[in-house]
Amino acid sequence: MSMLEVRDLHTSFFTDAGEVKAVNGISFDLDEGKVLGIVGESGSGKSVTAYSILQILASSGKIVSGSVKFRGTELVNSGEKVMKTIRGNKISIIFQDPMTSLNPTYTIGHQLMEAILLHTDRNKEQARERALEMLKLVNVNEPEKRLKQYPYEFSGGMRQRVMIAMALACEPDILIADEPTTALDVTIQAQILELMKQLQKELGMAIIMITHDLGVVAQLCDEVIVMYAGSICEQGTADEIFYNPAHEYTKGLLRSIPTEKTSGERLRPISGTPIDLLNMPKGCAFAPRCEAAMKICLRERCQRMQLNDDHAAACWMNVKAEAEKGGGE
Amino acid sequence: MGNNAPLVEVKHLKQYFDVSTGLFSTLPLKAVDDVSFTIQKGETLGLVGESGCGKTTVGRSLLHLYKPTSGEVYFEGKKIGDKASLKEFRKKATMVFQDPYSSLNPRMTVADIIAEPLDVHKMYEDKQARRERILELMEYVGLNSEHASRYAHEFSGGQRQRIGIARSLALKPAFVVCDEPVSALDVSIQAQVINMFDELQDKLGLTYLFIAHDLLVVRHISDRIAVMYLGHMVELADADEIYEHPLHPYTRSLISAVPVPDPKRARANKRIVLEGDIPSPLHAPSGCPFRTRCPYATEACAESMPELKDLGGGHLCACHRVEDIT
Repeated sequence: MSMLEVRDLHTSFFTDAGEVKAVNGISFDLDEGKVLGIVGESGSGKSVTAYSILQILASSGKIVSGSVKFRGTELVNSGEKVMKTIRGNKISIIFQDPMTSLNPTYTIGHQLMEAILLHTDRNKEQARERALEMLKLVNVNEPEKRLKQYPYEFSGGMRQRVMIAMALACEPDILIADEPTTALDVTIQAQILELMKQLQKELGMAIIMITHDLGVVAQLCDEVIVMYAGSICEQGTADEIFYNPAHEYTKGLLRSIPTEKTSGERLRPISGTPIDLLNMPKGCAFAPRCEAAMKICLRERCQRMQLNDDHAAACWMNVKAEAEKGGGE
Repeated sequence: MGNNAPLVEVKHLKQYFDVSTGLFSTLPLKAVDDVSFTIQKGETLGLVGESGCGKTTVGRSLLHLYKPTSGEVYFEGKKIGDKASLKEFRKKATMVFQDPYSSLNPRMTVADIIAEPLDVHKMYEDKQARRERILELMEYVGLNSEHASRYAHEFSGGQRQRIGIARSLALKPAFVVCDEPVSALDVSIQAQVINMFDELQDKLGLTYLFIAHDLLVVRHISDRIAVMYLGHMVELADADEIYEHPLHPYTRSLISAVPVPDPKRARANKRIVLEGDIPSPLHAPSGCPFRTRCPYATEACAESMPELKDLGGGHLCACHRVEDIT
């Protein structure tokens, strides 16, 4: 049994314009101490997946069906009481924008201690000790002084360190990182990624890394899920996804990134515009933009197919290849 | 590049802003401090650096959207300064902005947005000719003529950026400053827009100053790349040269920090992770601006600002210790 098991999860937002199926039937497992990357473009449902796990969706959002099990306990419809023992304690989250995630009117120390006091039975003095320890852990200089400062006195990178310290203060089993370095500069991003890598090794927690940046995925992740329009296109080890992509969308994404080989040449972008979640096509969601689309792609959604132990994809091209191979034998 | 005169020449450009630090005190924020460079006709110069390094300010003061504190800008050999030269300059040098959401007026139709520069400069008296020009511009950037009467909010980020680009091309400019034009876009859309910049350059013979923080994008699109740090230009060289043989310690760490979308290389890559944050430009360090984070800094680095020197083959670098560390 995996630590976290997500099965056929459907999350929708009910808006005036209609139901937006942000997450449309996804399933995956997360094992102890693994780093799982979820990549996709805006509107792919990657953040909504994370928010669904923690049940911190906006008020118009609702888990319609499916199951999320943490160490065998069902979380969907388990009630706020159960979720409060999970959030911040067993599963923590850090967000993209460290400025809006911190309260500007309280000191960093106060906010760090709040999480510790809420989730553990430490007293105030012990909580302060723990807060100091956490700031040292994330390499914040002069932690004693920093504890008394307010968020505005911290730079973007430092704030993200504080957020990580806060998320890790209760030694969670899973850390969800929702685009943690998108708002940061490259050299600061490198610092934060190094820090996450090092902490993951030291503390042995699992990480779900949500990002649009395939570069960040390559630095950090053991396994990768590629999402498009609320569904998983492809799932596998990082090496399989990068060197042996088996979904036309993943192939297109990898081709779209400029590299040293593309200097002086044209890129090969994915054509068309992003999908309108209110008007989902009948077949494969990616079919209208897919160069290789066949008739069946427009008619019917492809089911997930296991390609080998480390790799699964939902693309009719693989079904076709399999059929041709079978026919040839 | 031969002996041809450059299209754009910037000499000792300085742009200071007064920042109030108390009731009666102000400090000069040296956003751009003595920057010089040239851009040849048809060339793309990439300008990279992290937030607050002054790359956007260089683009804006070059176009005289701010009045430069000091320094000169020459365009086609003529100095830009007085009113007449400025009016002519603004027809030939335009800008594409980063945020396709806030740079388009929500109350104007796409046609009116694109035609605004034409109207400001009173280019077309004839309505039919104006309309034809609008449609031609829309075709350049891959928009349908039926989009002309719609409003910006009806479009996705990538399409909005296309509208912004069409507007910047309305006056048939020779030179376009592109300020982070693809940063707000998704990867698949970003590639479409990058290709469009390439195609428009070939078709219209444009010259670009391409400002961005994404080093993979900049390498792809640029002929030469300039690196800025705290208002200073620290290195300038051919795009491939600067990636393969970066000289300045800052450029080296910047390039090694780029997350490459290749797990095997990522595992093998020894990254140079810099300590600390970029200092505030209000309290810039003495001497070399990078010395507070530089692993090679010595006492000499605190004393004087290193000059941007040509170290051979048009590879410019501003570092006191460049000979010792390469």
